[in-house]
Amino acid sequence: MKIRVLVRLKPGILDVQGAAVKRALVGLGFPDVADLRVGKMIEVDVDAPSEAQARSRADEMCRKLLANPVLEDYTIE
Amino acid sequence: MVNAGEEERPDLMRFGVVVFPGTWSDCDFHYVISEVLRQPVKYVWHRDRNLDDLDCVILPGGFSYGDYLRAGAVAGRSPVVEALGGFIDRGGHVLGSCNGFQILCEAGLLPGALMRNECLQYRCQSTHLVVDNVDTPFTRGMRPGQILGMPISHGEGKYYCDVATLAQLKRNNRVVFRYATADGQVTRAANPNGSLENIAGIVSEAGTVLGLMPHPERAAERTMGGTDGLLIFQSLLGSLVEDGSFLKR
Repeated sequence: MKIRVLVRLKPGILDVQGAAVKRALVGLGFPDVADLRVGKMIEVDVDAPSEAQARSRADEMCRKLLANPVLEDYTIE
Repeated sequence: MVNAGEEERPDLMRFGVVVFPGTWSDCDFHYVISEVLRQPVKYVWHRDRNLDDLDCVILPGGFSYGDYLRAGAVAGRSPVVEALGGFIDRGGHVLGSCNGFQILCEAGLLPGALMRNECLQYRCQSTHLVVDNVDTPFTRGMRPGQILGMPISHGEGKYYCDVATLAQLKRNNRVVFRYATADGQVTRAANPNGSLENIAGIVSEAGTVLGLMPHPERAAERTMGGTDGLLIFQSLLGSLVEDGSFLKR
């Protein structure tokens, strides 16, 4: 079962990568970009009998490795 | 066997230098400990869990496991790092430099995290550090406010923690080194990576775990441009044999 995990910087934490990409977009003719933040999308194919179990395994993975709780929030799709 | 002209020194502390796939400062640390400090040292492979015959474990700089996902993330969950908790509880000392600091934070052995440099550039340069706390095993040979010259070499060294953690660090005097100007002013211009309050190094609550972004092993011989990095080791060795009576220079 394919699970998508979105990992992003917590609100309020300065995202220097996002700021650089935003500057680039503004330079390319997108002055309407008000804000931009870069995160990670991680696709995990989990062997699990049900979606609920796959999601629960993905949640464990996030807590153990995929996200750093100091900096990042995660959501499981 | 001691070569002519070299003084023999007693074995004060047994060091282990951890090697992950992708570590790059392991040989430099090993060289400084064995050839400059003349202390017993061995390499410890990342899969080893047995640290019983060591007094101090070094986590050197580099790109452990390629630093994929986040710097130090995978190494922070490796067998050797999982064994560090017990090692520290038994009174062992741990020094993590650069990637080693990132690993200690990822493992939860030190609070906070190290993020992408604010300037977005990889910074490889000399820095000045001001010593904030001399009451740790790693700094007791230093003077309060002493300025040390040490190089940095990293892309993700911006120290970050939340407000409550920062307050706790400051209250317990756990910020050990801060980036400063050559005359010891802690300014924004002297901050190479955007670290919170110019933090370059912190210790654990008990003071036995030090994490710092600069490289003490690259400032350990005059021919390399300075020896201030040695003060960390000399503090460590002095504190172990003459606890409380270490002569301050």
